[in-house]
Amino acid sequence: MNASNTLHHTVRRSQLGRARGLGAAGSGPSHWIAERISAAALLPLSGWFVVQMFRLGGSSYEDVTAWGARPVNATMLLALVATSFYHAESGLQVIVDDYVHGKAHAPTKIAVKIGVYLVGLLGVVSVLKIALGRASSKS
Amino acid sequence: MAGNHSGFYHGRNREATMQDVREALYIGSRSDGTLIRRPMSPHLQVYKMRLSMFLSISNRITGVIATAGSALGVAWLAAVAKGPKAFATARKVTGNPLGQLVLFGWIISLVWHTIGGLRHFIWDVGQRDSKQEINEDGPVAVGVIAGVGVALALSLLGVSCARARRGRTK
Repeated sequence: MNASNTLHHTVRRSQLGRARGLGAAGSGPSHWIAERISAAALLPLSGWFVVQMFRLGGSSYEDVTAWGARPVNATMLLALVATSFYHAESGLQVIVDDYVHGKAHAPTKIAVKIGVYLVGLLGVVSVLKIALGRASSKS
Repeated sequence: MAGNHSGFYHGRNREATMQDVREALYIGSRSDGTLIRRPMSPHLQVYKMRLSMFLSISNRITGVIATAGSALGVAWLAAVAKGPKAFATARKVTGNPLGQLVLFGWIISLVWHTIGGLRHFIWDVGQRDSKQEINEDGPVAVGVIAGVGVALALSLLGVSCARARRGRTK
């Protein structure tokens, strides 16, 4: 029961050198903060969307496209789609980090990124087409 | 002296005794080089499931379900963008009981994940984050999720179905 019993190994690196590369040190906080900010932004955007769905649910094709052709609606939809899929992607990255290990980790992260952003882009293109495609054909 | 299981490598004055060969995997070191026994996170198969654990993992699961539902929402947007024919097909899906069950699940997941996220905001600013407070708030969260989720989903589906029926008879 004395100090000589304590196991110890000599560290020849600085403490900063030891911490570097051992996990999230570096990009972790900004990822965490971006996740919270996008979550906070989604609260009013989702609230707007719920109200719109009460006004729009069950409507005809003409009513839906007329709704989507309004600039304010298209802007809010774009903000909602972009923020949703940004938030989803950052959340899924953390899940992959936690549960996928070894060689599969990097390919899974890249696959999730590509998949989520492609779906988000499809949403953006669709909103743009509804908003811009109609104005020229009618009115 | 030997046989102090919890004290393996821990602290300055404990004798180094390994009880189980698997403990070799728990050796870590502090920044000053002192060897320590690394902490082990709670093990799902060992611990009895509690409400706090269930709500914790369910926040992740509902996040994934909400993402999948949002992908379906994008499919709906794409159908609107594509034209009347694709919109009619999408409408068949959203008008079908099975499709409405999926919509119901999406809305519940979004509400669930939102309430879970709001609890995280509260914890992030340092409120209601003691063990006792978390255990007090858990059942409240379940009640709010069930109430808001079911009310929102049923009223949205009700309003939509009523409007769709009116549109058809018109």
